[in-house]
Amino acid sequence: MTGTIFDIKRFTVHDGPGVRVTAFLKGCPLACKWCHNPEGVDPAVGVASKTVRVGSTTFTSNESVGYEITPDALMCEFRKEKIFMDESGGGVTFSGGEPLMQTAFLVETLALCKKEKIHTAVDTSGFAAWDDVEAVRNFTDLFLYDLKIMDDALHKNYTGVSNRLILENLVCLLKTGARVRIRIPMIPGVTFTGENMEQTLAFLTELPFPVEGVDLLPYHNTATHKYKRLRIANPFEEMKSLSKNDLSATKQRFEAAGLNIINN
Amino acid sequence: MTPRIQQLREQSLNAINRISAERALLITEFYRDHLTPADAVPVQRAKSFEYILSNKTVCINDGELIVGERGPAPKATPTYPEITVHSLHDLDVLNSREKVWFRVDEETRNAYDKIIVPFWEGHSNRDRIMNAMTPQWHDAYNAGIFTEFMEQRAPGHTVAGYKIFRKGMLDIINDIEESMIDLSPVPSPQKSELEAMKIAANAMIRFAERHAEKLEALALVETNGQRRDELLEMARVCRRVPAHAPATFHEVLQHYWFVHLGVVTELNPWDSFNPGRLDQHLYPFYKAEIEAGTLTRDKAVELLESFWIKFNNHPSPPKIGVTAEESGTYTDFCLINLGGLTVGGNDAVNEMSYILLDVIEEMRLLQPGSMVQLSRQNPDSFIDRAVKITKTGFGQPSIFNTDAIIQELVNQGKTPEDARNGGASGCVESGAFGVESYILCGYFNLPKILEITLHDGYDLRTKKQIGLHTGKASELQTYQQLLAAFQKQVLHFAGIKIEGNNAIEQIFMANMPTPFLSLIIDDCVARGMDYIEGGARYNTNYIQGVGVGTITDSLTALKTHVYDEKNISLTDFTDALVANFEGHDDLLYRLLYKTPKYGNDDDRADDRLMEVFQIYYDAINGHVSPRGAEYRINLLPTTCHVYFGKVMHASPDGRRTGVPVSEGISPVQGADKNGPTSVVKSAAKIDHLHTGGTLLNQKFSPVFFEDDTAIRKVSSLVRSYFKMNGHHIQFNVVTADTLRKAQKHPEKYQGLIVRVAGYSDYFNDLGVELQNEIIRRTEHEGVKS
Repeated sequence: MTGTIFDIKRFTVHDGPGVRVTAFLKGCPLACKWCHNPEGVDPAVGVASKTVRVGSTTFTSNESVGYEITPDALMCEFRKEKIFMDESGGGVTFSGGEPLMQTAFLVETLALCKKEKIHTAVDTSGFAAWDDVEAVRNFTDLFLYDLKIMDDALHKNYTGVSNRLILENLVCLLKTGARVRIRIPMIPGVTFTGENMEQTLAFLTELPFPVEGVDLLPYHNTATHKYKRLRIANPFEEMKSLSKNDLSATKQRFEAAGLNIINN
Repeated sequence: MTPRIQQLREQSLNAINRISAERALLITEFYRDHLTPADAVPVQRAKSFEYILSNKTVCINDGELIVGERGPAPKATPTYPEITVHSLHDLDVLNSREKVWFRVDEETRNAYDKIIVPFWEGHSNRDRIMNAMTPQWHDAYNAGIFTEFMEQRAPGHTVAGYKIFRKGMLDIINDIEESMIDLSPVPSPQKSELEAMKIAANAMIRFAERHAEKLEALALVETNGQRRDELLEMARVCRRVPAHAPATFHEVLQHYWFVHLGVVTELNPWDSFNPGRLDQHLYPFYKAEIEAGTLTRDKAVELLESFWIKFNNHPSPPKIGVTAEESGTYTDFCLINLGGLTVGGNDAVNEMSYILLDVIEEMRLLQPGSMVQLSRQNPDSFIDRAVKITKTGFGQPSIFNTDAIIQELVNQGKTPEDARNGGASGCVESGAFGVESYILCGYFNLPKILEITLHDGYDLRTKKQIGLHTGKASELQTYQQLLAAFQKQVLHFAGIKIEGNNAIEQIFMANMPTPFLSLIIDDCVARGMDYIEGGARYNTNYIQGVGVGTITDSLTALKTHVYDEKNISLTDFTDALVANFEGHDDLLYRLLYKTPKYGNDDDRADDRLMEVFQIYYDAINGHVSPRGAEYRINLLPTTCHVYFGKVMHASPDGRRTGVPVSEGISPVQGADKNGPTSVVKSAAKIDHLHTGGTLLNQKFSPVFFEDDTAIRKVSSLVRSYFKMNGHHIQFNVVTADTLRKAQKHPEKYQGLIVRVAGYSDYFNDLGVELQNEIIRRTEHEGVKS
């Protein structure tokens, strides 16, 4: 069995507790217009050109976007970072793309992690069949669960899918006693609007089982170069990045409502 | 910071670095007019020391609480013509060069012209050394294979231990007299040495009294009542220490400072001098006075800050030529140690450790340098506090692994107690404080030796056969043959270097004993032997390997392309290096982008590192010097990696002609692509415990340190590296300005890491828009000083 990933990042410090390694699984059922990992959307291995200048010559190489890897091979990469995880109370995080698009691979790798007592986190959009969520749950110590837009029409407009399954899965997941941190990408005018913030807040405070915390992710203009390299149109090209200060009022509002704001 | 400290700090920062001829004139007068030729050399040296201390200007700066300057004023820097006499041309160079200049006024120039140069020219220790070196030594030295620390400065690199904080000069004189009892009345070297030590000890007491006299005189005319009381208290302190053991917090600081002045006035030892484990030494005095109610924390901080400024008033003695190239800095490498373990092997972090960290942060001075010793027994709050200071972006404090240092020292044969009382000094050098003479002998250019190997022992730049004939490139048919040839050349040059240092050591032993320094370091008094003669309990000579990353990547590239993939012959490869890759873009591209590199936790490169380490270790380690010191290795560069790069052609790792080689054990600038965890894992593959210190530099953007949670993660990276026996790590927290330069010259900043959005990435790997964004963010959130 193999999975398709497009990156492994070491010393990730915002994807859960401690120092972590994050594996990015390729393929995503959503099409968020602000996506900051556009190379992770297509489930298939792709190609992007890379150009460097050395001396007076320009070298262009076609580099593959993503590659196939077995759970064992991925474990070898994780093990290299074990000492840092142990020291910091860290672990591994599966992100993407949408990791639940490769549930079989994910479950097998997660199971191997648990066998070696490695802390696991899964960063998901929640847009997956419940059976897939349920299969992953047994081996996942922490879910990083994205919430974007509460208004379903807007959700469809900006992500291409309805949020109903996402919200239902979240409730079911919390019911099982899973540890869940909500992540909200704060996109000015899209997710980061007064209305959406109030709706999100209402939804979160009325949940029958509480979430562990909420992580407000300030929008960063990080993916512009990726769009260029992949030659994909970037609908958010003009959007400016946010600073922590831009979020402080929202943060206070959430805290006042009794929600724990995550400071990774 | 109190207004007084603010004013003293400003004064120190604004003082002009200049040459003072005072010491040079006094030592010339002594040797010309007051020398007793019948005296033994140590006695002559002690009397010259006494003559300087009795006649030099006593400088008391307005408002200061700790007194005593090496020169007549802050940053007025003495010279040591008996070690190296500067020519008028040297003085002009020092006066006019762009970096690390020293102003030379007409009076000083005249004194050199009329008195100092005529007396010492041809008779300095440097002249003796250069005359004694073999042609082979000169050839290798001129080719840039190695440098020589003792060419312009005296052996030093030593650190005060507990003794000097517990004993006064009178106590040590008692010890000297006890050592003399056992000696026969017949004159002997031991007797002369002990007499010399006694003269030096009394000279220091007298020097302190001269300060007391001046302070009392100033008090008489002082109109401000508070300052008058201070001056009288300072005078009292100077009458008490260093004659007697210090009893108060003020006394202990002044006591050490007089000792420090003695060491750096007697000669110009490399790495000035160093109080070592300052938190350990000061804490008992602090605690006692706080409990007795005679001192407040604020007063202690003010005294400490006044003390701190004294170090900053002393730039490193002027260096010229290769010496200036290998250490192009005003810093004189006094490295204050905090934390670590007690002599009993327990957590030594105390309240004074934290007070001193506050002082370091508040003073933000180039000197003294500071470091924290981190043992697995020390609390997280200690490392977190230290990392938080590095966030302010001035590179201090650096972080050392106490548990590794102790193991290194024990491996060298020290007792666990002496090892626990030790630490690191200079840049990263391990030593047993107060009981060891550990002398750095010079840098050793490992990548240059590979270059010489590729040319069968011939140096293209100096156009000389300086190495052995180990085979032309066309004859080195396998990687093992290449490595064996390289090893033979390393052994050859290590032999020349060690032979040179043995001769230099004997020149110092015969001509430049240091009776004052010998009072400080055990067991010189007990043995009646000088510090430079082998009187210390332990003796070590270190030779510092440079260019670890460059040599590792070079061997990796040769193995990969010439021997494994066979896509180029060694002869063609060598020709491309001589051509500085002109017309070889294709090869250069493969070297830069398609070749394994050290720093990525990749054994294909890291295995080469281990080969080089073993070759270098075997070539140096275990040789014994005339004073009984064992030669050992450490891996650090100061600024020598720049000089060593200048003397080299292009290297097989893709480095162009004249470009600096890698520094310390850090990866080649830009070769590390997998983040800091991979860097420390690669670096940890070195056998640190069999070195006397390694230096790892890691650059981070300030945003990595933005809050306590982030700092905790950086601290855990350090702890992890230390678990793997890493010796030292320092953080280069980068500013927006650096990022802008990085954008202009990405090739020079390939290792620069920035945090993007929840993960870290190499600055170079980011698109220009993102770079701009991060530059802006860095400015926004960046360093506040």
